[in-house]
Amino acid sequence: MKFDTPATTNPIDQMQVVGHPLNRIDGPLKTTGRAPYAYERHDAVPNQAYGYVIGAAIAKGRITAMDLSAARAAPGVLAIVTAENAGPLGKGNYNVAKLLGGPEVEHYHQAIAIVVAATFEQARAAAYLVKVDYAESQGAFDLAGAKAAGLGPSQATPDARVGDFAHAFAAAPVQLDATYTTPDQSHSMMEPHASLAAWDGDRVVVWTSNQMIDWSTGDLARTLNMPKEKVRLISPFIGGGFGGKLWLRTDAVLAALGARAARRPVKVALTRPLIPNNTTRRAATIQRIRIGATQDGKISAIGHESWSGNLLGGHPENAVEQTRLLYAGANRLTGTRLAQLDLTEGNSMRAPGEAPGLMALEIAMDEMAEKLGMDPVEFRAINDTQVDPSNPDRPFSRRQLVECLRLGAERFGWVGRSARPGTRREGQWLVGMGMASGFRNNVVMRSGARVRLDGQGVVTVETDMTDIGTGSYTIIAQTAAEMMGVAMDKVVVRLGDSAFPASAGSGGQWGGNSSTAGVYAACVKLRETVAQKIGLNSADAVFEDGQVRTGNRQVSLAEAAGESGLVAEDTIEFGDLAKRFQESTFAGHFVEVGVDAATGEVRVRRMLAVCAAGRILNPKTARSQVIGAMTMGVGGALVEELALDKRRGFFVNHDLAGYEVPVHADIPHQEVIFLDEVDEMSSPMKAKGVGELGLCGVAAAVANAIYNATGVRVRDYPITLDKYLDRLPEVA
Amino acid sequence: MKPFTYERAGSPAEAAAAAARVQGARFIAGGTNLLDLMKLQIETPTHLIDVNGLALDSIEATQEGGLRIGALVRNTDLAADARVRRDYALLSRALLAGASGQLRNKATTAGNLMQRTRCPYFYDTNQPCNKRQPGSGCAAIGGFSRPLAVVGSSEACIATNPGDMAVAMRALGAVVETVKPDGTTRSIPIAEFHRLPGDTPHVETALERGELITAVTLPPPVGGTHIYRKVRDRASYAFALVSVAAIVQRDGTGRVALGGVAPKPWRVEAAEAELPRGARAATAAILDGARPTHENAFKIPLVERTLGAVLAQARG
Repeated sequence: MKFDTPATTNPIDQMQVVGHPLNRIDGPLKTTGRAPYAYERHDAVPNQAYGYVIGAAIAKGRITAMDLSAARAAPGVLAIVTAENAGPLGKGNYNVAKLLGGPEVEHYHQAIAIVVAATFEQARAAAYLVKVDYAESQGAFDLAGAKAAGLGPSQATPDARVGDFAHAFAAAPVQLDATYTTPDQSHSMMEPHASLAAWDGDRVVVWTSNQMIDWSTGDLARTLNMPKEKVRLISPFIGGGFGGKLWLRTDAVLAALGARAARRPVKVALTRPLIPNNTTRRAATIQRIRIGATQDGKISAIGHESWSGNLLGGHPENAVEQTRLLYAGANRLTGTRLAQLDLTEGNSMRAPGEAPGLMALEIAMDEMAEKLGMDPVEFRAINDTQVDPSNPDRPFSRRQLVECLRLGAERFGWVGRSARPGTRREGQWLVGMGMASGFRNNVVMRSGARVRLDGQGVVTVETDMTDIGTGSYTIIAQTAAEMMGVAMDKVVVRLGDSAFPASAGSGGQWGGNSSTAGVYAACVKLRETVAQKIGLNSADAVFEDGQVRTGNRQVSLAEAAGESGLVAEDTIEFGDLAKRFQESTFAGHFVEVGVDAATGEVRVRRMLAVCAAGRILNPKTARSQVIGAMTMGVGGALVEELALDKRRGFFVNHDLAGYEVPVHADIPHQEVIFLDEVDEMSSPMKAKGVGELGLCGVAAAVANAIYNATGVRVRDYPITLDKYLDRLPEVA
Repeated sequence: MKPFTYERAGSPAEAAAAAARVQGARFIAGGTNLLDLMKLQIETPTHLIDVNGLALDSIEATQEGGLRIGALVRNTDLAADARVRRDYALLSRALLAGASGQLRNKATTAGNLMQRTRCPYFYDTNQPCNKRQPGSGCAAIGGFSRPLAVVGSSEACIATNPGDMAVAMRALGAVVETVKPDGTTRSIPIAEFHRLPGDTPHVETALERGELITAVTLPPPVGGTHIYRKVRDRASYAFALVSVAAIVQRDGTGRVALGGVAPKPWRVEAAEAELPRGARAATAAILDGARPTHENAFKIPLVERTLGAVLAQARG
């Protein structure tokens, strides 16, 4: 099905099932431990051996010698695979550095070997016996140093200019020119990257934990130099990904190579201390923002430049993305500058671009509002735009930013905020409120599904879509139930298998809308097939209560399907609506914090997000996504930072004791409101993404609340007490 | 994890004798720290002596009017003990500020005294570390040192002791009771129990080879207001940036021990005379000689501010 004209009325609009706050259909499996994750697939294949990955001990250089003899002789060892003995390997389209390094070492903890043994403990013990000699070379690790040495826009990503930014900024009566920094971050999902691989002749099956089955099936085939048809990935349950599992990673490659060498199925989980330096990271940024405005608060010039670093061949963190679109202003400059750094690959982490970009931009907006003497909500509202500021002929499909901000202000009690910072004290606490706009683009991706109807009237959906804890199972079941007119208990959803039709996968908050649109398309086709089978005109047929009818004729779906059943498959493909209209999602984030007047410790007291993101397919799973994202925003604001050792070129705090994320005690009551919205431009579902929107802007709202509480402005994330302790009032 | 042998000890003296007999032996109780370190091959014992069955898990009143805490009393039970809560609230509060409920259920009194640093370079066996591998150097000096020591450190090591319980015990003047492999016993004042790194940072305590902790004795209660204030980046389940354990009397005198700033629980008795003059004077005296890094210099004003808040709280 081609989606190239705005959606009209369709069966989803009935909202009999879609749009209801249903519990997750996979919930009981997860809460009772019956949803097996990749490393727990004891049932999948017998005789599983264990692989242990060895990471490089240097950041840059060459392996000069590897002595495997002691490890090979260790108890239980079945095989050791290195780049030297693995045979020729290709490289996937989506990874920059090799997933099995050597002799060149491209970054710290790049995998250089896998030791396979009969037990995990044997594999690990033997791994410590592998002796590696290196010739270290000087790497580049310092973003600020690279920036100072001078970095311009690259040819691949030129600056975007509208009007004459430099002139307009210079002429603006009110100006802000400030620089902000965001740190490297690690996804820190609960389930580490894990894979179990088993060969059958020249075919390999990999049970894994991966967000994008089709990409990764292709990349594993490329890496192993084999046809994609002979690679099967199975990933029905995923314990979080946040973008860290968008790609093929070393666990899958080394499980496959280890299994081939050991002639046994092999499973591999990356150990937690390996993950931050071995897998992808969200790249640190240095962002310079300049805003010029008239005295009455109209933005006349807005400039945003962002510096980040990556391995050669990697991309910049596009932290300026939202600044092209979020606020009006006739003169604009946005651009990224990329330094070559020998750190593990920088790539997507939940809301790449907007998440770090808004961390900076929305502090800048707060600072600008203060310079103008305006309320921060008002300042944003008067700079709203309903069209793409670089192309006024291109409207937003649906934009309710101002509605989010105004409703949020009302519900949060924003009127009670003191405009003068550092004036509200409650016992030991300095108390303040902050807000920020939330913005995340809506991306649509082609997505396929197969739908079966059997003789019991059960509808089974098969698609390689993944559920990374988001609720995909449930919203896909709701979509099929709505389309086919059956109850939820008559729908079976099977996900995450490369044997199923290729889907949008889970990433960039495109999964929910795109994958259900694919299921919609397949169901439209199945409805036609059913109608045709029983001789009805599909356009007139009503699917309801397990029956299909026109006029006074009524046939049960079970009967229509018959013994042999019916099957339909289709793929939703998106035309140019996303080019003609700017499709984005919007939020207003409001936060109240207390800052301990003596120690500077920040404790978040209240949070509210008001979101406008198209039709909400399931308010319960959507709310879970948003409160999880808000929690991640608190982490980004206050604690999350990969601590870089610039001398040695690695992230030092590479476990969950050192890399802190919020714990329950850090998170207060979180309220989420979804505006009533449908977006006919986005898909037949009229939905948009929401899972990343919930993160975008949160950290800045926390930062602005800290400023409001203390009068101290910190432009360097995370906002830890050591950065402002000396600026707090004296202890009484 | 390297292969190791294992035995259950029959008595404290037997355990100590066994530990002296086998090169590379370690005692194991709760295992909340040792097992993690073994998985990372930071600790590579050849032989584990399980002391969990040694019946050292009771808390008894002493003749002097104090408490004798068995080496195997779990952190959860110690924190909840009515006598501890009444007379040594500092200890109870420090325990509850540490780790998580699950870990406190396993962790023992003696094991907690023995827990090792959380310096991230100590935890990465690719990096030089004089504590892990004597003579290899210290990667933390000049590196990521924000969580590390500002006082008591050396050219060889700037690691911090990560404990909370031990900080309270230091303020309370606890005494560590042990048994040696030859069956003799001794009492080690907690001030002398943890060692400063000097040029031997791998030597962390006063214990001799094979020597086993059997109990920790608290002297009779000293009264006063007991406050344990742990400052950290998140609200729970994090190591201290700094912690202040204070016992403050009505006349403004008192005791203070600090966590998070030194290779051992940090108390300078002579400096406590400054307490009635306030946090600034007291901090200057307690942290006299501090040599912070650029990244952790904030700990000094943080101690002063935290102590100031603690003293204000004690005044009511």
